[in-house]
Amino acid sequence: MDRSPADVFAEHARRGELAYQVDDEGRPVFRPRVGLEAWRVSAGLGTVYATTVARPRDGEPYNVALVDLDEGFRMMSRVRGIAPEEVAIGMRVRLAWEDEVPVFEEETAPRQSSRLRLQD
Amino acid sequence: MTPLRRSSTSHVAIAGAAEAQVGQALPGLSAADVQAEAARKALGDAGLTTADVDGLFASSTQLPWASVNLGEDLGIRPRYTDSTMVGGGSPLSHLLHARAAIAAGLCEVALIAYGSTQRSVGRAGASVQERDPWEAPYAPPLPIAAYALAASRHMHEYGTTPEQLAEVAVAARRWAQRRPGAWSTKDLTIEDVLAAPRVCDPFGVRDCCLVTDGGGALVVTSLERARTLRRPPVVLLGAGEAHWHRHVSSMPDLTTTAAVDSGARAFAEAGLTPADVQCCQVYDAFTITPILFLEDLGFCAKGEGGAFVSGGRIAPGGALPVNTNGGGLSYAHPGMYGLLLLVEAVRQIREEGRDVVLGHGNGGVLSAQATVLLGSEAAAS
Repeated sequence: MDRSPADVFAEHARRGELAYQVDDEGRPVFRPRVGLEAWRVSAGLGTVYATTVARPRDGEPYNVALVDLDEGFRMMSRVRGIAPEEVAIGMRVRLAWEDEVPVFEEETAPRQSSRLRLQD
Repeated sequence: MTPLRRSSTSHVAIAGAAEAQVGQALPGLSAADVQAEAARKALGDAGLTTADVDGLFASSTQLPWASVNLGEDLGIRPRYTDSTMVGGGSPLSHLLHARAAIAAGLCEVALIAYGSTQRSVGRAGASVQERDPWEAPYAPPLPIAAYALAASRHMHEYGTTPEQLAEVAVAARRWAQRRPGAWSTKDLTIEDVLAAPRVCDPFGVRDCCLVTDGGGALVVTSLERARTLRRPPVVLLGAGEAHWHRHVSSMPDLTTTAAVDSGARAFAEAGLTPADVQCCQVYDAFTITPILFLEDLGFCAKGEGGAFVSGGRIAPGGALPVNTNGGGLSYAHPGMYGLLLLVEAVRQIREEGRDVVLGHGNGGVLSAQATVLLGSEAAAS
């Protein structure tokens, strides 16, 4: 191993790519972990698997979701652009970025400008 | 009752059990003090002294070396020590590990202890927080967000309702009202649970366990030795542990936990089925957890847990008594609840005349699971 999985993931993220690993049988793996060297880039489309609304005592409610990417891996993320309680299991979503953090929007939503995305 | 697979000569038994500082600990007590007090009380209950103990097992969110603290504080120099930390159910895993150590001849009298001052020092001050780079950017309030995600999935797949979740909280409260020393004993209705301030959908504050201080301890030895001591032995009939994930984002299926494996192992070893169980103590960090575990342990089919707990079935007077002290939801939840549920299981056998009681512990975010079947000597013979 010459680079950490987090480092490889971050390099992809800087290019706006959601990277994931595959194991020896080609099965997708996420979270990135040591011992797997083969990386792929997701098309960024997926489905909400589970969702909740965190309601902090001091602050605005926000969404936390688990998203199943079409390639067959799952990750924690957030669906933005709609009220947090409107995020629903089964909703189709597509990748967006906030800085180098992958988040999601409804697939049918007009694309938001990536003003927060860093330039390469 | 079906015959047991383990020969009775390899059985271990709980010979002493006690709680300490449950609710609000005295000012100035540390988590180590609480576990030490509980340990001394449990030894007294067994009629033993610190000189009899040669195996130490302990865990705490506040004490990464808990068994080593315990040795220092009690003046015990153990020949076997185990600070295994697998979250709230750690003491149930300790019971399994203690049996293995006793069977291997590595110790004869094991002390399993737990202590917490989570309420006194504040929840944030009571736990080492791991920062997970793959979840932290989304700021999930943990552990509640993980259980909320599981609940969202259970509701989506099986139609489980907020009212069914509330049944768990109401049943716990009704048990707590019958138990001196329980932390929350005010009347609670399903409507109250639903109307309580929301924390993390679908949970409101009444869907969440308490934040208290407290601790407990068990003395474990061979059944033969336990028979010579002052209390009737509570026999470990079967035990199993399992874990499939650490983080909720790595949990294979949010509606099914590794309790499927830990429970199957415990039942197989004991030669028992859920139909033999007279009373359950199952970890209730949030209202969804007993529903998931009653399914995974085989008390009802997957997806039927919401209906199973409804209509007061797990409440006083119901067909299956669950969490008979009020559980983590209404009795006490000192950071990790596992030891208190074992003490209650022991009490059910000693004082309520039960022959077979199931204890189930959970750690992390539905991560580490441990199941034990405890019984009277009649159940073990």
